[in-house]
Amino acid sequence: MLRHWWKILATILVLYVVGYGLIIEVPDLPRMHESIRNLFYHVPMWFTMLLLLLISVVYSIKYLRSRDPIHDTISIECINVAILFGLLGFVTGAIWGMYAWGAISQFLIREPKSLASIIGILIYLGYVILRGSIVEEQNRAKVSAVFNIFAFVLFNVFIIVIPRLTDSLHPGSGGNPGFSIYDSENTLKVVFYPAAVGWILLGLWIMNMRVRIKKISMKLDQP
Amino acid sequence: MNGKTILHLLRNEILLELRQKYALGGVLIYVTSTILVCYLSFTRIVHVPTWNALFWIILLFAATNALYRSFHQDTQGKQLYLYTLVSPESLLIARMLYNMILMLILSFLSLVTYATFIGFDVLTDANTGMFITGMLLGAIGFAATFTMISAIASKTGQNSGLMAILGFPVILPALLSLMKVTRFALDGLEWSSGSGSLLILGSINVLVIALSYILFPYLWRD
Repeated sequence: MLRHWWKILATILVLYVVGYGLIIEVPDLPRMHESIRNLFYHVPMWFTMLLLLLISVVYSIKYLRSRDPIHDTISIECINVAILFGLLGFVTGAIWGMYAWGAISQFLIREPKSLASIIGILIYLGYVILRGSIVEEQNRAKVSAVFNIFAFVLFNVFIIVIPRLTDSLHPGSGGNPGFSIYDSENTLKVVFYPAAVGWILLGLWIMNMRVRIKKISMKLDQP
Repeated sequence: MNGKTILHLLRNEILLELRQKYALGGVLIYVTSTILVCYLSFTRIVHVPTWNALFWIILLFAATNALYRSFHQDTQGKQLYLYTLVSPESLLIARMLYNMILMLILSFLSLVTYATFIGFDVLTDANTGMFITGMLLGAIGFAATFTMISAIASKTGQNSGLMAILGFPVILPALLSLMKVTRFALDGLEWSSGSGSLLILGSINVLVIALSYILFPYLWRD
């Protein structure tokens, strides 16, 4: 039981965020109003995605050094779950933007952060297709590990470079004030910090389960 | 890895290319016919950002096509032969250098053809030095990135479609800063306006080359 403390923590935190996040008094801001509650979902989704991508790259490097198939399994499952969280972050962001900034067509392609997320999703869907097109297992693991490292570095370059080329509507960039000024009384932090931890733990939990399922099926396949 | 091996490999690549002229000719005809199609659809473009964007899109597709061959044309036997003779780093650097030369020639020829067909009104008050610098860095970046992507894609036994799927999202940071700096150059702005983007472009190139240098040996070893 003690080994699973973080899973219990994840459950409690996510339930707390979903429940208390709806009840809590939020600062009533012009344009944002109640939509500010999306902060508890939208931002942690990106945190979780980036963390999972980072773990995946670490395991890709480990794979290239060790050639242990388990490292490859962890790497690909991290990316699978990261794509899910990336899509969720994109959808929650699009819904939020619809209320805060106006019609989707107005901001979707001009906003560097949503552009970066589209590019990220494209890169990693490309990764999935790359894996699908190689039949031999060792070769597949090796080639996809190399591409994963290559793509992750360039994706980070993209995240760093693009905001310098265009303006952004997001808080804290493009001349906008950071998010903290919207939360002058620190009311949102009470839910936001647990939300970040909770969703990250949930993401790791899903990844962990998928890896274990893969391990079992790998064992079953062996004669 | 040493300089002599790289030079030998580079000479070998160039000799091979000159012997089978149809491959190089194919790429040139590809660019020319694309430009012709654009000419027939647009006739003349005087709007600077459109002129610039179309030029880079044409060159991007030409680069995917030209550099697709760099690892796909090796037979299994040739790969094994090279593997026993040279270090993977030398092979990569030689291929990259060769592709850079190819891309530089290709981009200059494309620019001349493109300007002839689509119109060089936009070039009249351009900052030519900055445009050429941007183009040099861009050609080097295309060559470096697509050499690595070609090496990755060649391991799959798939067609050139995979090159575009893997390459386009990855090349975007370089492409966007490239388009920005060349647009500034075409508008005739001073060097100071584009120096930031040139610096970003140069650093991305260095990063891609360093990354490929580290990763390629893992890829090549079968």
